[in-house]
Amino acid sequence: MTNKMTEKISGKWIFLIIAVALYLITAITNFALFADALLAFVVLAQKIIPILVLVFAIMFLSNLFFNPQKMSKLVGESAGIRGWILSIAGGILSMGPIYMWYPLLSDLKEKGMRNGFAVAFLYNRAVKISLLPMMIYYFGLKFTVVLTFYMVLFSVINGVFVEKLLRAKK
Amino acid sequence: MKNAFVKTLNNFKQTLPIILGVLLLVSFAIAAIPKTFYAGVFTGNKFIDPVLGALLGSVLAGNPITSYILGGEFLKQGVSLLAVTAFILAWVTVGLMQLPAESLMLGKKFAIIRNISSFVTAILVAILTVITLSFI
Repeated sequence: MTNKMTEKISGKWIFLIIAVALYLITAITNFALFADALLAFVVLAQKIIPILVLVFAIMFLSNLFFNPQKMSKLVGESAGIRGWILSIAGGILSMGPIYMWYPLLSDLKEKGMRNGFAVAFLYNRAVKISLLPMMIYYFGLKFTVVLTFYMVLFSVINGVFVEKLLRAKK
Repeated sequence: MKNAFVKTLNNFKQTLPIILGVLLLVSFAIAAIPKTFYAGVFTGNKFIDPVLGALLGSVLAGNPITSYILGGEFLKQGVSLLAVTAFILAWVTVGLMQLPAESLMLGKKFAIIRNISSFVTAILVAILTVITLSFI
């Protein structure tokens, strides 16, 4: 177990070190690209800080009010259709980049969240109410309605499929 | 309350290197890949382009608005709606750049199977969307 934990921790740091090394190498070989990438990083970081605060707040509230038993009723094995609805709604309402929500999902999975619900949550990140007007502008209303319908439908199909495959692989 | 806060803080501290790493990689891709590169990927082939669209969407990362803008430009340049739909779907549902982070936090098997399944369904949903639109 200790080895597994060390592996997990070092994996995270190795990932960060590789990303930083890429920047350092670029700084030496192509300084203009390094400066552009650094600027893009600052702009992106400024955008995601409020989302990080929101994710932290939701995780804190979930740790405060929901123990694994309560959580498993909401999004666990016995959650049923309510779990799907919660995951779909959560995915649609969540903001910002997908990776900002990994910590929350990891936390929820530890408390017993079904894999299928996590998949549905991540898939519904494709449906963003605030961005629908933009999609309508570029692709039209009919396209937006049809695509949104299929995205929600396939989030559940995808969830069931991934869950079955994960169970079969165990 | 204090326990919940400390637990959240510890969980968050564990994930910070991953979030920072993904942010650095995404920013690098934004700066390194010129916008003109994207449209050149498509071939004009009805069967290959949706797969290329899904592949391009899987590799790239960023705000969904960027995928709509790029998708709109692709349509103007004659790329098929099927390929563009697969592209904007894969942009949000598949994340090759985030795969290491997803693997570390949600499990390797989960991340790989979910991304492959989302890639396939991006093409399927694109086909269904275009077929349905042809009937409405």
